[in-house]
Parts: sequence; C-alpha cells; structure tokens
Amino acid sequence: MTATRSIVTGGSAQKSRSNKRVEPIYYLFLFPAVVLFTLAITVPGIIGIFFSFTDSIGIGQWEFTGFTNYIAAFSDPAILTSFLFTFGFALVTVILVNVIAFLLAVGLTAKIRFKMGLRAIFVIPMVVSGIIIAYVFAFLFQNSLPAAGSALGIPFLETSILANPDLAWVGIVIVTAWQSIPGTLLIYIAGILSIPGDVYEAASIDGANKRQQLVRITLPLVAGYVVINVILGFKNYLNAYDIIIGLTNGGPGTSTRSIAMTIIRGFQTGDYAYQMATATLFFIITIIIAVLQLSVTRGRSNI
Amino acid sequence: MSTIPLPTKKTPSAPSAAGDPTSTRSITTGGTMPTAKGRKSGSWSTTIILFLCAVTVLLPLYVTISMAFKTGPQSVDGNAFSLPAPFSIDGFVEAWQLTRFPVGFAMSFIVTAGTVVATIILASFASYAIIRNWDHRLFRYSFFYLLGAMFIPFPVVALPQIQLTGRFGLDNPLGVIILATMFQLSFSVLLFTAFLRSIPMELEESARIDGASTWQTFWRLIFPLLAPMSATVGIFAFLYAWNDFMMPSLIISDADMQTLPVRQNLFQSQFSSNYNVAFASYLMAMAPAIIAYLFAQRWVMEGVTQGALKG
Repeated sequence: MTATRSIVTGGSAQKSRSNKRVEPIYYLFLFPAVVLFTLAITVPGIIGIFFSFTDSIGIGQWEFTGFTNYIAAFSDPAILTSFLFTFGFALVTVILVNVIAFLLAVGLTAKIRFKMGLRAIFVIPMVVSGIIIAYVFAFLFQNSLPAAGSALGIPFLETSILANPDLAWVGIVIVTAWQSIPGTLLIYIAGILSIPGDVYEAASIDGANKRQQLVRITLPLVAGYVVINVILGFKNYLNAYDIIIGLTNGGPGTSTRSIAMTIIRGFQTGDYAYQMATATLFFIITIIIAVLQLSVTRGRSNI
Repeated sequence: MSTIPLPTKKTPSAPSAAGDPTSTRSITTGGTMPTAKGRKSGSWSTTIILFLCAVTVLLPLYVTISMAFKTGPQSVDGNAFSLPAPFSIDGFVEAWQLTRFPVGFAMSFIVTAGTVVATIILASFASYAIIRNWDHRLFRYSFFYLLGAMFIPFPVVALPQIQLTGRFGLDNPLGVIILATMFQLSFSVLLFTAFLRSIPMELEESARIDGASTWQTFWRLIFPLLAPMSATVGIFAFLYAWNDFMMPSLIISDADMQTLPVRQNLFQSQFSSNYNVAFASYLMAMAPAIIAYLFAQRWVMEGVTQGALKG
C-alpha cells in the first residue's frame, strides 16, 4: 500500500541513474516470481475480464454479448443482496472487532497479573482454521445456545439463530470477530506501547483521570493504528467465505451469501461469464474502496 | 501505509535494528504502559475482567476437546460443556479412519511446507534483485507490478484459475502451492524489500572484494541476514496455507488429495449422531497449528505485529 510510496522516495535518494548493465544473474532472481505471478494471477485476471463480455458457460462455444452481463448483474436481486450483505457484514464486523480489540489492548497493556499468559491466550484464535472453528460454533449455535435459551426461559434463543434469516448474520459476525480480534489486538498493543510514558505522567499531574487519559491521549495517539486495522480488516471481511461456509453455507435461503460465494457458485451453476462480470465489479469496488481509504488516511501520520 | 515509516536505509546495526521496532519486541516481553506509578488499584479488577474475556476464547476450544474425548452416546446428550465420562478415544480412532487422517495430514503438510518455502525463496530472490537494481526501470516496474496484487482478492480470479489449473493438470496440491505462494508474494516482497534497504551496501561490497559472486553473496551473506523477515513471511504463509479452506476446496479436484480443513466437510454431509468423531477430527486438524503456536508464541506475536505494520 502506501508503504510503497516511502520505498519509492527512499529509493530515489540513491540517485546515480547510471545505465550500468545489469548483471544477468539478477534476471534469474527476478523472473521466476514475475513469470509465475503473471501466469497465476495476471493471465487468469485478463481471461476473466474477457469472458465477462461473453456468454461462456465455462466450456464450449461462446459469443460476445457486450455489457449484457453487467446490465443483468445490476438488476439481479441475488447479486445485489449478496453485495449488500457482504458490505453490511464487513462494516459491522470491522467496528465490533476494533472496539473490542482496542479495549482488550488497553487492558493487556495496563498493570495486570498474568499479562503474558493472557496475551498468549487471546492470540490463539489467530492460528485456528476458520472453517473448523465455524463448524464448532455451528454446533454451539444449533445445540447449546437453544438448550440454554429454553433452560433460562428466553424464547428468543430457543431456536438456532443460524436457522433464522434475520439473525444468521449475527452468528457469522461473532465467529469472524472471534477469529480476527487477535491480529487486530496485537497491532493495538504495539500502538499503545509506542506511546511514551511521560505523556501519561504529565496528564495525571494535571489531574486527568484514567478515562480522560484513555479518550484524550491513548485514542488520538493510536489513530494511525486504527486506520491500519480498519483497512486490513475491511479488506479481509469483504472476501468472507470459509466461516460462512462452515456456519450457514449462505443460508437460510440466500440471506448470508457473500460476494465470494456468489461468484464461486457461478462455476457450479454454469453462470461462468455472468459471475465473471460480478467478479470484475467486485474488483473495481475493492480498488475504489482501497483508494478512498488511502486518501482519507493520507496526511494523518502519527506513529 | 503512509503512516508507517519504513526502516531508513543504512542503519548501522542492520540485522537486529531493521524491521524490529522496540514496540514490537516489548509485545512479548511485557512492556507495561507506565501509568501513574505506585498506584496498584485496578490491577486485580482488570485482570479478572480479562480472564472472563479469555473464557470466551477458550470455551469453543474446551468444547472441542471435551466432545472429542466423549463416547458416542454422551456426545449427543445435549450438554456440550460436560466433562467426558467415561474418557474415550473411540472418536479419534474412527475419525482417523474416516477422514484418512495420515493422507490428509500429508497433503496439508506438503501444501504448507511448499507454500512457506516457495514464498520465502521466490520473494527474497525477487526483492534482492529489485533492490540492487532499483535504477533500472524493469526492476522498478516489476516491484509495483508484484505489489499490485495486494488489491486482487482470490475470489476475483478464482473462476479462471479453477479452469486453467484443471486444464494444465494442476488441480492438485502443487497447483494450490503455486497459487497460494503467488497470493502471498506482494506482501512478502514488501516486507523483504523494506528490510533489504536497511542492510548496508558496505557489507556486501567487502564480500565482493573477497571474490564472491552475486549468487554466493546472496546465499552466504544476504539470505542469513534476512532470517528475521523470513520468519515473519514464513509464519504468515504457514497460517494461510495450513488453515485455508477456500482455495484447496476449489482447486484440488481429487477428494483423496484434499487438505485437512477440507476433509472436515465429511461431517457436515452425514450430520448424524457421531459428534464425538467429528470433534475428534476437528481437534486433530487444529492441533498442529496450535501446538506449533504454543512453542513459538514469541515469534508469532512479534512476526505478526511486524508484518501487519509493514504491510
């Protein structure tokens, strides 16, 4: 991302733009990566965009159809709801994860007992496979939660939330948050630890209480880290797939079908060209968001 | 991220200083935020609140373990939180055979090891070539070209990739290794190039005066210096390759060559009464990564923090 920029400016420092010949071995170093990358990502990308303008079903004959797929995609409720669901889900999750991770980071950097043990525990979910933990949570949501609901006499919880089209997304948010809080948390801990201690000393001499210190000092000083976490998180959540497959498989009905799932289904249902149009749209939107996020964050350098 | 200063080049103590901000290190060594000294109030209450939060982390893992050791009948009694009584390993025995665990483990191992090694080698090779030839347009442009993929998520190119891998006989673990490595590449090149800039040229020049070729210089001098960054890159590649479901499930066509996470869908289709078998299988699939983490906590925490901040 923008780290690129500083690399560039750093690079131009060593200016001598001599046109010395490159030692041939450097090509040998560079080319495996570039060639494989081109074959594995660039070529499929171009093929995909190309076929999004056709009526291909993945195999056999096809014809150019211009923007037909795109026009159809814009008025396809299945695609629109999956975009809406994915963006809504990503937004809710990114807020939830960042609030919880920030509070945990504040706790885990304060004067507490068993600090390292606690940190080690909070990081565990990061190393657990998303699909497998989704299966575990699916079991809990389907069996244990309803059992607890009926034992406590809460009718609202007596049926599995995953079977309720209006609530299934909550389960997905919970599991996604469970798994992605650790990475976010580690970044916030690094951020909070980078704040010099005398800032807090000065504040407490001036009579600021703990809560004021948190809101007036910690929060503004880790703003840059918030930006990192929001960008990284949002990008990940937009591609949600594994956890949803494990929890609801897109259901009930199509209420929790993410963009990634919609695209992949194109292969199973023969909508190859059509879903490539969806993929292209998704790609364009991802780029727009990335650019927007970067331009919003530009100039806010405080780390 | 524009907000993060990359290590300036030519830090005197390159290997240790570069890419290792003190903040990162203190993550694993405690690093107390020096708030109002001497006041110990709140320490226990915060600790207790955090312990309660930690329960939510551990609860699903506890359920997995306890369910895995239950007998078939106990696993369906509706109480997920009870301890196994009697203790039984029937679930493991059956899961071992049902999922053909040794084969699944071997496939996961091959995919993970292949991705980790390929990512480290290809990315460090390319980064070294790019940094040493920054003046040349080809190398400079290659850098941005490789970096561009950070904005291309797998779902966008998945359909053509499924087709192409199928057509060229790569619908197997090798295909997954290649694709997974390529998706890790941008991020890894970014980390390696940032680190390489901090290695002073003088170090390399002295090696060259001694008559070492570029190839020798890379392997004997540069690659060992890159070790901390290789660890970070390797940890990210490991976590991705070992845990991923989406890519292997779509690319590998032969069910017998599937990785462990994909094999677990067996228990979704036959959603019958053998929960103990399912959970034993989940546990066996999760355990290697968790055990590896417990032994390498420090590096994982440092590596992830570093990687995320640079990337």
